[in-house]
Amino acid sequence: MALILNEEQSMLRDSARGLISDKAPVSHLRQLRDSKDETGFSRELWNTFAEMGFSGLLVSEQFGGSGLGAVEAGIVMEEIGRTLMPSPFLATSVLAASALSRGGSEAQKSQHLPRIADGSLLAALAVDEGAKHRPLQTRMQAIRSGNGFKLNGDKALVVDGHTAGLLIVAARTAGSAGEKNGVTLFLVDPKAKGIARERTIMVDSHNAARIVFDSVEVNADSVLGEVDQGYPLLESVLNVGRGAVASEMVGLSEEVFGRTVAYLKERKQFGKPIGEFQALQHRAAQLYIDIEITRAAVLKALQALDADLANAGSAVAVAKARAGTTATLAVQEGVQMHGGMGMTDQFDIGFFMKRARVCQELFGDSNFHADQLARAKGY
Amino acid sequence: MADLEKFRSETRAWLEQNCPPEMRKPMTSDGDTFWGGRNAKFSSEPQRVWFERMRDKGWTVPHWPKEYGGGGLDGEEAKILRQEMAAIGARQPLTSFGISMLGPALLKYGTEAQKKEHLPKITAGLIRWCQGYSEPNAGSDLASLQTRAESDGDDFIINGQKIWTSYANYADWIFCLVRTDPVAKKHDGISFILFDMTSKGVSTKPILLISGYSPFCETFFDNVRVPQSHVVGTINRGWDVAKYLLQHERAMISGMGERGVGRPLGQIAADSIGADAQGRLDDAVLRSQIASFEVDEAALAAAAERAVDLAKAGQAHPAFSSAMKYYGTELNKRRYEILMSAGGIDALEWESERSRGGARPRAWLRTKANSIEGGTSEVMLGIVAKRILDLPGA
Repeated sequence: MALILNEEQSMLRDSARGLISDKAPVSHLRQLRDSKDETGFSRELWNTFAEMGFSGLLVSEQFGGSGLGAVEAGIVMEEIGRTLMPSPFLATSVLAASALSRGGSEAQKSQHLPRIADGSLLAALAVDEGAKHRPLQTRMQAIRSGNGFKLNGDKALVVDGHTAGLLIVAARTAGSAGEKNGVTLFLVDPKAKGIARERTIMVDSHNAARIVFDSVEVNADSVLGEVDQGYPLLESVLNVGRGAVASEMVGLSEEVFGRTVAYLKERKQFGKPIGEFQALQHRAAQLYIDIEITRAAVLKALQALDADLANAGSAVAVAKARAGTTATLAVQEGVQMHGGMGMTDQFDIGFFMKRARVCQELFGDSNFHADQLARAKGY
Repeated sequence: MADLEKFRSETRAWLEQNCPPEMRKPMTSDGDTFWGGRNAKFSSEPQRVWFERMRDKGWTVPHWPKEYGGGGLDGEEAKILRQEMAAIGARQPLTSFGISMLGPALLKYGTEAQKKEHLPKITAGLIRWCQGYSEPNAGSDLASLQTRAESDGDDFIINGQKIWTSYANYADWIFCLVRTDPVAKKHDGISFILFDMTSKGVSTKPILLISGYSPFCETFFDNVRVPQSHVVGTINRGWDVAKYLLQHERAMISGMGERGVGRPLGQIAADSIGADAQGRLDDAVLRSQIASFEVDEAALAAAAERAVDLAKAGQAHPAFSSAMKYYGTELNKRRYEILMSAGGIDALEWESERSRGGARPRAWLRTKANSIEGGTSEVMLGIVAKRILDLPGA
């Protein structure tokens, strides 16, 4: 398969770019932040996403979606990254749709997937517990109780957790932190007794929550996939999410870079555009090269996810690690090369820096993924 | 698609049957590379067998037209052949500057007679070429070159000196940049010309490098007579040919280094440093350097694959090979810094049999030229800034 977009994928990119750049430029995020919007996203825009078929991109046609893959999800995420649009797309259409499609029973799929596709159901994946992403270290307890389980524990950085109508929760039914065996995924109603949700206002003005589970009862039907054997499913879903976030970072990096190069051509000091200075030219060229190489690595990972999900781990680790370092460099150079203006809230560049920091942490930062790669290679 | 799958399975079967087991092992020394030429010697019988089988199949240069001794494969087929060769670790049967540099320039700018004369001898490994570009006072500022070619009837008389001419002492022919108009602006008076290294007045002198090897030469021209019909492209428009060729040279250099073959770098390091109880390399800082290196290496491999696909689709920027050259060479230098650190004291031996004649430190020192030859990293960044980013005054 060629490592470029095909015609249909290019068309998808154009339509996503058209919609997002028109309806949700960076000013859209700024307005949601400044108005202290309760949900932190635009429901109206989400309905448009559903009408255009984006919300059900990964949902099979049988359940009302388009049945497309990680490459297409990445295309939409990249456009989201360009304007920093806060959208339920990642949590609902990528993570939850993947989890339900791959792990769900027929009943679970037919209950939830059509509602994801038509935009009426928002969902969230609750994995992280500590300061860093360590899914294998999942400690949250799910103890057998009657016909079901009782959940106890805390989850953090649950993307869209405050607005979700369905939570997918990783908990431990056996084993201890660090073991793959014993992790189980649950579908949980966020309105269930014992759940406390706190929306966390984040540095990037995007949406996440901390969720406390205090003896939350769920029945046996709420298990997604197999009891004790949920880790491979979780890892697959996380890998699709990592590919998606890496794509978002490619879009973000390219947008920051484009704005920065434009500024280098326009800003004059010492009587000439600062882009004439070789010190800046070489740094801009290095950043361009970095972004292009990362773009290839990310597309490679997305194609690997579609071709053979179970064996895409190393390609995904490379993509997420690269995308993290590239985005970090892009926003740092972006602010630095904009000089004092880059430090002002009035300029958009700072928004990109803030979002890049969150994307780094989401589902494992560059260090985490470089370490994963090293382990996979046996050193 | 079905045709391609058929091609893949036939190719796989053919390689399986025809590639000797010895030619599927990673190369360990310079002698493992077969360069062809009038004085070519095979370092082993399997090397000869492998070369001849591939030559007869047209696969020394699979994507060149059959009429010039190539395999006539299209882009997809050539990619499949590369993948299948990589899958069994098959070595390149023939390496030459004729394939990687001159050939593409001749295919674009050469006359039919020039193509017929030179390309089949390249694919058959009969003629080994060298590149006469740099001069003592024309390095990064290549277009200021001073070697002059003066008209004399149907010939040019060439006088001057080249430097850093790779393997000039082994080469049969040279493709050379000469000044044919000393008055014109520096880019407008250059011609691209081909001649035999046995011509009267050509002499070479190897340059001893820090690695202890002499892959480069000084090359002197003293009244060398060359027919004007040996100019490729138009007289005084040789800079266009030179630049086009450089794109290919840079693409080649960016691919130097043994990416993704053999054992992972971390395991090579663990051989000498050891591992902790969890099986992790017993040098946490080096381990993290290796891990980031391998992330970047895998990403570059994807970018190289994508560059080929973009070119095929007509979406490639012509200056992108400069970007790849920059990144590939800097990465290869990082690789050898890691290998030296991983080898520690053992990697310091220069002459023992144990160290295969100091293979590692010599290779480490050799990589330092990667970011200089074919255009320095700084020149590459300048090209990206000017031609791709369109920054002012670059």
